[in-house]
Amino acid sequence: MTAEGASRVAASRGGDRFLGRPISPLTRRRLDAFRANRRGFWSLWIFLILFTLSLFAEFIANDRPIVVRFDGGWYFPVFVGYPETEFGGIFPTAADYRDPEVQKLIEAKGWMVWPLIPFSYNTINYSLPSPAPSPPSHVNWLGTDDQGRDVLARLIYGFRISVLFGLTLTAASSVIGVAAGAVQGYFGGVIDLGFQRFIEIWSGLPVLYLLIIMASFVEPNFWWLLGLMLLFSWMGLVDVVRAEFLRARNFDYVRAARALGVPDRVIIRRHVLPNATVATITFLPFILNGSITTLTSLDFLGFGLPPGSASLGELLAQGKANLQAPWLGLTAFFVLALMLSLLIFVGEAVRDAFDPRKVSV
Amino acid sequence: MAVAPCSGQGQALDPRFRGGDDTYSAGLLYLEETAVTEGPGGTPLLDIRDLAVTFAGRGGAAPVEAVKGVSFTLDRGETLALVGESGSGKSVTALSILQLLPYPLAMHSAQSSVRFAGEELIGASPDALRQVRGDRIAMVFQEPMTSLNPLHTIERQIGEILLVHRRMSARAAGERILELLRMVQLPNAEGRLGAYPHQLSGGQRQRVMIAMAIANEPDILIADEPTTALDVTIQANILALLRDLRDRLGMALLLITHDLTIVRKMAERVCVMTEGEIVEAGPAAAIFDRPRHPYTKRLLAAEPKGRAAPADPSAPLLIAAEATRVWFPIRAGVLRRVRGYVKAVDGVSLEVRAGATLGVVGESGSGKTTLGLALLRLIASQGRIRFAGRDISRLSERRIRPLRREMQIVFQDPYSSLSPRLSVAQIVEEGLRVHNLAAHPAERRRLIEMALAEVGLDPRVADRYPHEFSGGQRQRIAIARALVLKPRLVVLDEPTSALDMSVQAQIVELLRELQSRRGLAYLFISHDLRVVRALAHDILVMKDGHIVEAGSTERIMTAPEHPYTRALMAAAFDLAPAST
Repeated sequence: MTAEGASRVAASRGGDRFLGRPISPLTRRRLDAFRANRRGFWSLWIFLILFTLSLFAEFIANDRPIVVRFDGGWYFPVFVGYPETEFGGIFPTAADYRDPEVQKLIEAKGWMVWPLIPFSYNTINYSLPSPAPSPPSHVNWLGTDDQGRDVLARLIYGFRISVLFGLTLTAASSVIGVAAGAVQGYFGGVIDLGFQRFIEIWSGLPVLYLLIIMASFVEPNFWWLLGLMLLFSWMGLVDVVRAEFLRARNFDYVRAARALGVPDRVIIRRHVLPNATVATITFLPFILNGSITTLTSLDFLGFGLPPGSASLGELLAQGKANLQAPWLGLTAFFVLALMLSLLIFVGEAVRDAFDPRKVSV
Repeated sequence: MAVAPCSGQGQALDPRFRGGDDTYSAGLLYLEETAVTEGPGGTPLLDIRDLAVTFAGRGGAAPVEAVKGVSFTLDRGETLALVGESGSGKSVTALSILQLLPYPLAMHSAQSSVRFAGEELIGASPDALRQVRGDRIAMVFQEPMTSLNPLHTIERQIGEILLVHRRMSARAAGERILELLRMVQLPNAEGRLGAYPHQLSGGQRQRVMIAMAIANEPDILIADEPTTALDVTIQANILALLRDLRDRLGMALLLITHDLTIVRKMAERVCVMTEGEIVEAGPAAAIFDRPRHPYTKRLLAAEPKGRAAPADPSAPLLIAAEATRVWFPIRAGVLRRVRGYVKAVDGVSLEVRAGATLGVVGESGSGKTTLGLALLRLIASQGRIRFAGRDISRLSERRIRPLRREMQIVFQDPYSSLSPRLSVAQIVEEGLRVHNLAAHPAERRRLIEMALAEVGLDPRVADRYPHEFSGGQRQRIAIARALVLKPRLVVLDEPTSALDMSVQAQIVELLRELQSRRGLAYLFISHDLRVVRALAHDILVMKDGHIVEAGSTERIMTAPEHPYTRALMAAAFDLAPAST
């Protein structure tokens, strides 16, 4: 039985499902078309695996062991901070598990399991064979940056924060953009005119200068940056959603729903929004791409995350400042190129799957 | 172009091969002789043999055989009508003649042959085809709005044909264009040369299309449902124009239609097509007087029949409108000041009683749809509207909402009035959810299935999607959506216009039955007088926003008083062109 036949049978049983939710035959065809695009499909899987791994960065690259068995007790330094005296040391300060003395103390009465990379993003390797930035060795697999911090660890943490920033910014700006477009397109008239004029003015404001100004009052962290970028990036989707709504509000089935007495907000959600989601979903991977690049560029310029945070942009900046240490620039470049390429491939596959000329019912 | 899947064999009778009944084959033998040996030039002008068209299935679907072995001939100066319902394959046949199908998705069988003046067109080179198209064989399509380029003036579009085939100079072309526009009787031809298609009415656009088609005096004119999208009076005029041009220019006319009245008036020979095959062919008179094939008999009998069951004159007044006006402001100038009004509905008063049907008849632009929407408070209007004794004209949207249960509407186009992303169950239950008519989902499901059964659909189709149904079935779903709320008044806005004749008859039957069973009142808006006659107790005739005549159906059908009503009747039942 072909995929078509299977889905028809499923549909006749009262519901073709994907991830547990019932879907229409058109959605089924779009999913099949996406799956048929091998490059996009595999890119999505690779990206998801890399992202999931990076979510567990604390377990992969950390300067504390994951689990310690000491003197009959279980300790989890990944989650909880223990003082050195806990292990029989002298100082009541936080135990530095990289210190050979502490390691000797622990190994005397137990064992510990280290993560794959025994450095966190801000751990300085004091026993470098050559001055920082030092080239890749068997201790620091991708070398260290100009402060002696492990590049691979910074890469993993940096990848995580870039993607999280990108995802959050994309999600939030899409929601706001779609809502704004929907309201303008559906109600039209003065609301539409006013909002459009507002968007014209608002999009003329210089974002970078505002960021610099903001950086002089507050220390920008993840949330401040997110907030400010959100203030301006929601306008990307408004045009396309507004156009769809302007078109769809005159459709017969919308008039029929009004005649049934369905309230406006339900009509927007149930009847008109699905038309707009085609364009929105097609744009999403590319918006995500842009959001990730935004944070990277801000970090590169020095207006992004506070100094000391791991980020790809900062690694790029260091690479530029230390051309004699090519592993810095090259690493950051390849990771960024890989990540953005994966997203582009996924985006192309999504675009083809949602193209009404290629996949229609 | 939508092609319905053809399945089943049916009773195919290829005129050249089957014997069978003696009288039948004798009649066909007669046809064969006259066509082949007694034609003016010896060989027929257009000779189609065994034409078969198959569309490749996409995404794993089975291939669709749209046309299965069709054969007919066309001689110089004769008129052949290809009759059939939607999905029968007649448009695909016409497009095959000029090789306009979407190849390579469409495929012809190895034996298919289309010969024009001895030259084989299937597989001909693009250059050879270009010489034939527009010059020796021309085509007029169904929808003039989508067949004309919206960005070019009509002068430029007609000029294009002349330029490509005749290579005329600009001045000579200009004169010829004016001559053509006068031939097709476009009013004020010189003034309208610079007009864009959207500035012309439907009938005028079709005239422009005909002018483009006859520009090079083709040998054959293929007209694919040329008047289906037009009003009844305009229809009559366009057909008279085609007849006149055919006689003057000596063209052969291949007329494709589903409307038998047109065939009666225009055609010399008729081929009846269904499911991709020609089931009967012969002279028009023979087909109409002595149809042989069961499908032909069904087609001829497929007019909406019967009359509305008598209504109770003392039934309570359900909806009454007094001096309803819907005026749309025309805003012009920099400050968008109101310069005037488009008076879509200008002072219409009407009454509908429970259990009765009021038919509102008029052509496009008469304001009947606007009137229906205004009565349901879907668009703003002035004047008083009383529903079941209560004045609803000034109520807010929120107060009207509970009343919407009682007054429902069925729209014209079954293809666009059902949301393509919702299943049938979701479409029908929408009203139930809004008005909280079911206590829990199981109860809702039961009501949905009852509504579907009532309109003649299998309740098990509730989880399918609209695209899996035919036009008639979709219209039934739309009716179920309206009925599930148990309304008292249903406004039917041209519910059968987009459907085939036989399906129209079924829907009319269904509506009549529902009315008698449930005591519904209908406001039936239509331009098709035959359907209105079968369903309405009283009729209102509208023109330009006014009521021109009102009365009971019998009186208006038998003795119309107003000249416009008379012209409408003549055009609808007799295709008599209006004298302009």
